[in-house]
Amino acid sequence: MAVGVKARPVAATRPRDEFRTVVGFVASLIPGLLVLITLTLLQQAMPAIKQFGLAFLTGTDWNPVTDSFGALPAIFGTVATSFLALAIALPVGVAVAVILAEPGKANIRGFIGTGIELLAAIPSVVYGIWALYVLAPWSYQHLEVPVSEHATFIGWLSDPAVRGLFNAALVLAVMILPTLTAISRDVIKAVPRGMKENAIALGATWWETTWRVILPSARAGIFGATILALGRALGETIAVTMVIGNAYVIPHSIFQPAYTLASVIANEFTEATGTLYPAALVELGLVLILVTLVVNIFALLLVRSTSREARLTA
Amino acid sequence: MNRNDRRRYSSRAWLGLMYALTVLALIPLGLVLWFTIAKGLPSVIHPQFFINVELPPCEPSCPPVLKAGVEHAIVGTAIMVGLASLMAVPAGILAGIYLAEYTVARWSGWVRLACDVLVGTPSIAIGLFVYAFLVVPFRHFSAYSGAVALAILMLPIVARTTEGAVALIPNGLRESGLALGLPRWRVSLQLILPAAAPGVITGALLSVARAGGETAPLLFTALGAHILELNPGNAMQALPLTVFRYALLPYKSLQAQAWGAALVLIVVVLGINLVSRWVLRRQIALAGQL
Repeated sequence: MAVGVKARPVAATRPRDEFRTVVGFVASLIPGLLVLITLTLLQQAMPAIKQFGLAFLTGTDWNPVTDSFGALPAIFGTVATSFLALAIALPVGVAVAVILAEPGKANIRGFIGTGIELLAAIPSVVYGIWALYVLAPWSYQHLEVPVSEHATFIGWLSDPAVRGLFNAALVLAVMILPTLTAISRDVIKAVPRGMKENAIALGATWWETTWRVILPSARAGIFGATILALGRALGETIAVTMVIGNAYVIPHSIFQPAYTLASVIANEFTEATGTLYPAALVELGLVLILVTLVVNIFALLLVRSTSREARLTA
Repeated sequence: MNRNDRRRYSSRAWLGLMYALTVLALIPLGLVLWFTIAKGLPSVIHPQFFINVELPPCEPSCPPVLKAGVEHAIVGTAIMVGLASLMAVPAGILAGIYLAEYTVARWSGWVRLACDVLVGTPSIAIGLFVYAFLVVPFRHFSAYSGAVALAILMLPIVARTTEGAVALIPNGLRESGLALGLPRWRVSLQLILPAAAPGVITGALLSVARAGGETAPLLFTALGAHILELNPGNAMQALPLTVFRYALLPYKSLQAQAWGAALVLIVVVLGINLVSRWVLRRQIALAGQL
């Protein structure tokens, strides 16, 4: 900094901003923590990483007695529940966002918006107990059994069970809905008004305006919201742990019990003894955090770039 | 029916479908609230619910009296969230001021991204981190480590909401302070921060509500306990842990306790959320007047 003194005398006379140094330091704790968390997990997982290498990701065995660990069933369960949840939540979330972004009737829209945001405030463990005693038995009786009876010829829709992958996805869908809705609404609202007005002036109906003009121009932002919701779904622990059934296998049907990365850790970590077993569990956590980091950063950059674009074109 | 009619009717149908999906999205909220109240209220109104902390020798014949109180869990949650707030709220506010006051700095863009990423980081991973960082070296599960885990969750929320609240304050206030010769720190802490206080408090409250309902980061840090524990150096129970552990047990009386604890949790969390929402609306109205 001091090198440029001659060229910019103003900078030399300006007092040093110590306040900036202090608050800047405190703020730097946040990225610092993120790095520290990742590195700590990496270090703790080292015994397992050294022992298994990349085979850990493709192994299907999970046996603490023989010290043989593989992450594939947990990875499969995590990915399957999250994508299934997205498939359920995406149409609903976008529909709510479209309705919330419409002008007029501010009271009703405010009420709906508050309701959706309260969905995000409900603790995950409350969703868990509700899903375990209310949602899962209901879905077993009214969704899983009829579907499996009518679709006996489709293998992955057979063998309904009260606790299983599908019910975990169902409760996840409810939990990621607020993320999906809030961001999609903001993105849809950021679509320049002129585009909508042009479409209406050309005689387009409400649906044609929404489907052919608004949603396409909000596409990138909605995609970002979807990815962000995916990140939330991947990392959700407690509610999923309570309903997924905790079976360390790749299930043959979406109704069957499975396991996710986060729930394996939640259930087994306090009981893990020795060196390899806890390290393998931490490695599951490492896989989880690396995936969510990549997913989140990608989604955030996407949402940010689209909202900046919208500001520039508005 | 000609083509235009068809277009009009299909538009109406789609609009109706969108409204139907919106109603569908609100149904889970109603159901969760309804079942938590219906199943939790009978245990909450029982006087034994709060005070008795003995675990019942229950199966096979369960006594109708519920014998596992949640007093220790409520106290534990209060202690841990309190400690976490002491750490996260001041730090989060300073970080938020940095984000809002030095928006153009390149580093602040990275900090902002890190905040948003940290909010989305699986809380179980934060639990694992604190376990390795605080529980293993001290060889002891403790409420302190649970509080640290909760503080890590709260920090980015406080920072981002503080940033939002400070950014709402008109630049004129900042400039008039600087024009009077006040140093930056006095402008930020004594002029801007009081004006933004309602929004900042909202952020702190929201983060408290979030931390109060978290289970995953406490599993390997605070661990849980069956007795009332006031020393933060020891393992401690928390309400979400009570719900999680009791709900999965086969005993009917403990499941009832879990529903009761869930009701207490949801009332506190949603109450804080609604209050902070109200404070925030006032803040926005106030900032509009400035």
